[in-house]
Amino acid sequence: MKSYQQIISGNKRTDRTFVVIGLLVLLIAMLTLVALILDLAIQGLPRLDWDFMTNFPSRRAARAGIMSAWVGTTLVMIVTAALAIPLGVAAGVYLEEYAPKNWITDIIEINVTNLAGVPSIIYGLLALGLFVYGLGLGQTIQVAGLVLALLILPIVIVSTREGIRSLPQSMREGSYALGADQWQTTVRYILPSARPAILTGSIMGLSRAIGETAPVITIGALTFIAFLPPSPVQESVPFINFDWLESPFSLLPIQMFNWISRPQADFHVNAAAAGVVLLAMTLLMNSFAIYIRYRLRKVL
Amino acid sequence: MSDQAALIGGAADGQGAGGSVLVDPSFLWRRKLKDRIARVVLFLSASLSVFVTAAIVYILITESMSFFEVVSIWDFLTDTQWTPLFTDAHYGILPLLSATLMVSGIALLVAVPAGTVLAVYLSEYAPAKLREAIKPILELLGGVPTVVYGYFALLFVTPLLQKFMPGLNGFNMLAPGLVMGIMILPYVVSVSEDAMRAVPDTLREGAYALGFSRFHTALRVVIPGAFSGITAAYILGMSRAVGETMVVAIAAGQNPNLTLNPSEGAATMTAYIVQVSLGDLPHGSIGYQTIFAVGLTLFVITLLFNIIGFWLRRRYREVY
Repeated sequence: MKSYQQIISGNKRTDRTFVVIGLLVLLIAMLTLVALILDLAIQGLPRLDWDFMTNFPSRRAARAGIMSAWVGTTLVMIVTAALAIPLGVAAGVYLEEYAPKNWITDIIEINVTNLAGVPSIIYGLLALGLFVYGLGLGQTIQVAGLVLALLILPIVIVSTREGIRSLPQSMREGSYALGADQWQTTVRYILPSARPAILTGSIMGLSRAIGETAPVITIGALTFIAFLPPSPVQESVPFINFDWLESPFSLLPIQMFNWISRPQADFHVNAAAAGVVLLAMTLLMNSFAIYIRYRLRKVL
Repeated sequence: MSDQAALIGGAADGQGAGGSVLVDPSFLWRRKLKDRIARVVLFLSASLSVFVTAAIVYILITESMSFFEVVSIWDFLTDTQWTPLFTDAHYGILPLLSATLMVSGIALLVAVPAGTVLAVYLSEYAPAKLREAIKPILELLGGVPTVVYGYFALLFVTPLLQKFMPGLNGFNMLAPGLVMGIMILPYVVSVSEDAMRAVPDTLREGAYALGFSRFHTALRVVIPGAFSGITAAYILGMSRAVGETMVVAIAAGQNPNLTLNPSEGAATMTAYIVQVSLGDLPHGSIGYQTIFAVGLTLFVITLLFNIIGFWLRRRYREVY
């Protein structure tokens, strides 16, 4: 029979071994991330210059650029943010503050959870069947913005709800005691206090939307666009116009995908350069969101 | 501010009129109306998710219906060839389905052991500070755009693997499977760690008191206690892998291929949808309808996984 010292030292050895295995797995995961970033940077960074940012796609790899792609991405993101943030926040507020406990609320909650798990390409099929052909909106910026907004809606809803749920009930009651009704409480207390959580969720959602490729391919984003959508700003009254909403478009991930799928290595370098821009945007947005959440936790 | 002014003004007026009426009734009425309108608008925003689900189901089913008028469901499920765009057209989903399951299977072979070890490490071993530092990094891993993972699988992992496996095709199922495993890892870790942390500390302390090591506590107490949640993590991870598109569309090729050999390329269901979308098939043609039939199949599979996963997740939440 083993002495208890032996058992204890055996146990300690098992634990130490497991810590090593755990850290090893962690190291592999991190090395993958590092390899991915380094590979993209080594291939793509030398290609990244001013011309690359301001040139249109071209048949010749050396003259091709991502002008139409990043302009398209920016415009589509404006539409997505304008739709997803208000709708998601409103839905989150409803579910936390207003919703009665009944079967209708249950159905809404089940749907939000379920939609978060639907593959993004299915949203693309929805947009193709409903928006592009059903409603005749065409393969335009507005459709891309709309479908990406639907895609990230669950993210915004969930983070809004988490933000609201962490607010103390006593503050709500204080607001009611001062004579505020539910709407005033929502607008003047709930929303301002939940702002960091809403911001985190919105940024995370948008960073997901920037990188999404599949649903926009399905609705027919073009990979070869040698012009920009009409400018949203004009010189005459009313100074802004919305013609760009109905313009065909290209996007950064689409452009990158197109370059990857070509056989020539020169285009792969272009793909890496576009990937650097894309990755930088999403990583920056994600880090910013994580930072806000971290600070939020510290305050609480 | 204006409402507050109205409240004070109303009260003052009310007192001026004799002290019986405190607030102007039209002010209260307006306030109530505003609250009602807000409630309706918020409700409509929330119910949008129900409409989206309904629209997805409606579109997938109506478009697939016209497809299944031409192709019988039996042929669709049993034919071993998928050649919808050839003159000798076959519409058997099996090659696409097998490739999808093969790549997801490889992804799970990576994500399940790695995810479980990491989750146990994070929930049972790691000091709080380290855990707080690791989680954001894992989150960044999950935030990398899938098209970038596709680039990585095709132009980094495949050439790397070819050094060890000379028989590996340029397009293969192994590299995207491995990359996808890393891709779903953060998700698997976060769901299963969540489940492990929900196991009450009293159970852990009981195990320690009986002389268990941390490892045995994890193995005999925490993992069995969190079993349904951990299974949920695997199933939800599987669902993500099945629905993932860009990695396979880029690195696994676009050629339907019924094979069990992971070193060959084969189109998955999602890769097929991408391939058709890149061409321009006329709206309403049978080729156009195939992507909805494939999409419906994909939707049903992921929905099934999601329902099982959410049910399991809810179960562990109820237990503790």
